[in-house]
Amino acid sequence: MERTTLDLWVGMFVVAGIGALVMLAMKVGNLGTYNVSETYQVHAYFSNIGGLKPKASIRSAGVLVGRVTSISLDTERYEANVVMSVDKRYQFPKDTFANILTSGLLGEQYIGLVPGGETEMIKDGDLLKQTQSAMVLEDLISKFMYSKASEPAKEESK
Amino acid sequence: MPAPALVEIRDLNFTYDKRPVLQGINMTFPKGKLVAIMGLSGCGKTTLLRHIGGALKPTRGYVKFDGQVMHELDAKGLYLMRRKMGMLFQFGALFTDMSVYDNVAFQMREHTDLSEEMIHNLVVMKLNAVGLRGAQHMMPSELSGGMARRVALARTMALDPMLVMYDEPFAGLDPISMTVIGDLIRSLNDALGATSIIVTHDIQESLKIVDYVYFMANGVIVAEGTPDELRACDTDFVRQFVHGEMDGPVPFHYPGVDYRQALNLRA
Amino acid sequence: MAVVKTISAIGHRIVDTVWRIGVAARFFFLTLLYSGNCLRRFHLVIKELFSTGVMSLIIIIVAGLFVGMVLGLQGYETLKRYGSESALGVMVALGLVRELGPVMAALLFASRAGSAMTAEIGLMKATEQISAMEMMAVNPIARIVAPRFWAGVISMPLLAALFSAVGIFGGYLVGVVQIGVDEGSFWSQMQAAVDFREDIMNGIIKSVVFGTVVTVIALFEGFDAPPTAEGVSGATTRTVVTSSLAILMLDFVLTAIMFRGA
Repeated sequence: MERTTLDLWVGMFVVAGIGALVMLAMKVGNLGTYNVSETYQVHAYFSNIGGLKPKASIRSAGVLVGRVTSISLDTERYEANVVMSVDKRYQFPKDTFANILTSGLLGEQYIGLVPGGETEMIKDGDLLKQTQSAMVLEDLISKFMYSKASEPAKEESK
Repeated sequence: MPAPALVEIRDLNFTYDKRPVLQGINMTFPKGKLVAIMGLSGCGKTTLLRHIGGALKPTRGYVKFDGQVMHELDAKGLYLMRRKMGMLFQFGALFTDMSVYDNVAFQMREHTDLSEEMIHNLVVMKLNAVGLRGAQHMMPSELSGGMARRVALARTMALDPMLVMYDEPFAGLDPISMTVIGDLIRSLNDALGATSIIVTHDIQESLKIVDYVYFMANGVIVAEGTPDELRACDTDFVRQFVHGEMDGPVPFHYPGVDYRQALNLRA
Repeated sequence: MAVVKTISAIGHRIVDTVWRIGVAARFFFLTLLYSGNCLRRFHLVIKELFSTGVMSLIIIIVAGLFVGMVLGLQGYETLKRYGSESALGVMVALGLVRELGPVMAALLFASRAGSAMTAEIGLMKATEQISAMEMMAVNPIARIVAPRFWAGVISMPLLAALFSAVGIFGGYLVGVVQIGVDEGSFWSQMQAAVDFREDIMNGIIKSVVFGTVVTVIALFEGFDAPPTAEGVSGATTRTVVTSSLAILMLDFVLTAIMFRGA
């Protein structure tokens, strides 16, 4: 085969392969929307994290602002220590509230950040003091059943 | 012979798996001459060539090429020596993934910094010498056996080697191609001032072109001399070989148990 | 006695295998050592990229499309039961990018390009081309093996990426165009769940490892093949079998290392 035709084919192959990689990175992966490198770390204690997992998203007002990096049990407090990396572009006040929320009824869990009113901003390595644990479905059901049981039985009286 | 020796083999012994393949070989290949090594298949001829090329280490003795003992060289020195040699393999061993042109140009591209233009001229000259200038764009698979052998010859000569070794250059060729190859070997050797070693069992063709012949059998030299001396020679072995007789010192039967015993006959 | 014979036969096999692995490892290091020449004269690699990469394109694209379409169909049937059809994109993309892309592409590569490499080098050996090259003072590992090695290592991740991309397109065709899953959630959920470093980069690393292993096995088997017709055909079979097993085993090991935390 002629050298130039060969080069052309190989060139096309390499361009197609790299194109596929870029397409995977941009359209399939999150490289287009979310930059991993520029982050700062904060952590928070939760009494119960429910089904939260590393890599779960961190959202504020529904916008993705970071990811959970690691989860471990603090044996002094017996609470879960959750480390989060948050995009540098998004700064939050010191008294920001961290909630573990669920997307949809059975969807995956994520951390929602609700900013407070302080003027001082949170720094790398800081602790978010105000947290709310995950809703555990079993607790919810048992709460509901207890409250039902303590109510006067209207249905039966009819 | 007055000409100085390019290759000297002294007391060469080689043992493979405890089986002696070569025993006490002494040979001299003077510059500019065409020397044939003849013998039956499996008598150690190819092993001898591999020693000259430095691919094997002798058990005893040495091969001296251009003043250097081959098996004492390191890998780099060996490669430098091999650049002065050319070898034509039994079936040509052309690179099947390259065209005829690229095959001949191969060593020029690997070993020299010549421009493509220079290489082109050299390749055309080499191919012209073997009469295949018109076939330069063909692939080895498109060539006939004789043509492939000629291309391989052109490739062997690409860098004008001092020593050319031919491993069975006539094997599997028709009579016309055989004569063509034989003539080319002789004329190229003389034109380039090279020294040639031909390993072959095609006696009639090679006796026509060579200057000197060594006969080997079972790893030792059994006879040597110029073609005329050998034709006149009446040693049993040489006569059997030169005239192609079926039985003689080289038996027709491979050694085995007694024939009657093998047939389960009671004596 | 039969027991002793069996045990010693097993021992012999193991010793033999370990010895071969050692020789192959040495071969691999020699290949790396002699790679300088072909990287300087890169057209040698380009020529091999054609026969390994470009010639594998069709099989990779067709296989990727169908694998993606099957994933779309099967994934939809499963996800429908839980009412989460919108996660179809995630399933197809993660399955392809993490596992099926690198693994399937490597298996196809082993049987398409790997076997061809073994057969080619085995035949070169059988027809004395390799000896001829050595006699021309050209190192066959530098001239024959190294360019093919680099071509394999370069083309494997590209082929795996193409496989995944085409597969995701196949899943899109079945899921969105044919079945009618919401297009927006198909892409957005995929983007939210697929992480560039964790998933895509790890997939690429996997395919580079597979490319290296398959190419080294193919080249070694070819170089090591007995110079006869049976020798070459046996070596070609061994290339496909050994490299397929190596891909699947390595895939497990790499997956365990990479995704255990998640």
